[in-house]
Amino acid sequence: MSDEIRALTARLADEPTSLAFLELGEALRRRGQYDAAAKVARGGLSRYPGLADAHDLVARILSDQGDLAGAFDAWADAIRLDPMRSSALKGLAFLYFRAGEVPAALEHLARAAEADPDDVTIPAAIARIEQEVRETSAPPPPPQEPAPVPAPPADAPAPSPPQSQAVPASTAPATPPSGPTVDSPFADFSDGERGLLLADANGLRLGGTLTAPGGGEAGDRVAAELGGVVREAGRASRLLGLGSWHSIAIETPAAFLVLVPPSGDTVLLASREPSMPMARLGLLAERAARVARRWLERGR
Amino acid sequence: MTPETMVLDRVTRVPGVRGALLASAGDGLVVAEQLMDGVDGRAAAALAGALVGRLLRTTGAAGLESPLFVHLRAEEGSLLAAPAPGDLVLVAVVGPDANIGLARLEMLDAAGRLG
Repeated sequence: MSDEIRALTARLADEPTSLAFLELGEALRRRGQYDAAAKVARGGLSRYPGLADAHDLVARILSDQGDLAGAFDAWADAIRLDPMRSSALKGLAFLYFRAGEVPAALEHLARAAEADPDDVTIPAAIARIEQEVRETSAPPPPPQEPAPVPAPPADAPAPSPPQSQAVPASTAPATPPSGPTVDSPFADFSDGERGLLLADANGLRLGGTLTAPGGGEAGDRVAAELGGVVREAGRASRLLGLGSWHSIAIETPAAFLVLVPPSGDTVLLASREPSMPMARLGLLAERAARVARRWLERGR
Repeated sequence: MTPETMVLDRVTRVPGVRGALLASAGDGLVVAEQLMDGVDGRAAAALAGALVGRLLRTTGAAGLESPLFVHLRAEEGSLLAAPAPGDLVLVAVVGPDANIGLARLEMLDAAGRLG
């Protein structure tokens, strides 16, 4: 047992409820002690089911163990808790690529690049995939060589299971987790349409769902108010000499909201719990607005 | 120096803030203001009041409590608003390079102290 692992084990024994399990699980994983790492990670996850780091650690271990379907689920859980978590986005991109789902892989890498613009491996991976797509003129099959996308586990070799072990189609869905309908503006949005609402200037809902804290769909009621918000925002920014408005961020005790205009006559509302930093919610809203804009252009 | 003036003084010290004012949320009337030249206090109060009023209705429709802070980001700057107790709203007009994070903290703190 290395000194590092011994020290971390002692620390975790002293403080079983601490986050030391993250470091210990990662240290064990790096040493190839996957079973021990998984045991530590699962223990931590049971105490901190809402911690994206814990799901991310479990995913890395499962990926190293070749359980790619399990890794997919764990990274998806991490993304649900922290939609801009670049390590999990890279992990999902890696798995999508191995499953031959190149567009989904590129979409996740693009999101990872948004979340972590300083990570130079992400644009490099995007370029390599795009080059490969150009060369083959078709989405490539799962690679036989180590994947050209950045391996999700930090500093760990990319697992290269046989094709039969690649993520099954059922666990690498083209549709988002919350299952928007095909004609939803957010059908192409990998986070699903939960907490997203697209409305027109007349206050009519074009798509998305918004659930009130007490349950029940609030989308239509909120959409009816958004037309007035857009008019007031346009008036205020214009008359105060601020030019055209780009976004409105609204903090409430129970939720953060961001409004962005995908087009001149529509507005998109993104809502998340305050545990998501407002700046990240802004990025998510902009990304959802791009998806909605493409949907609007197709419709027109 | 009145409490209102002290509050505005702290907000306008933040780099990039062009002006701040305290207005009545209901009718948009200015209670106190500290503005640079070129910023129309009455217009800012009325426009911010109307926008916050709309957002109050929106959050109400969503089953949420009233906003604590609002940030309208535009091409040439931002309009910030923090509703305060007593039907007041603290408003700031800031330039595109303003330290929004610091302005937000000052405004939330100020709005709390006005209560």
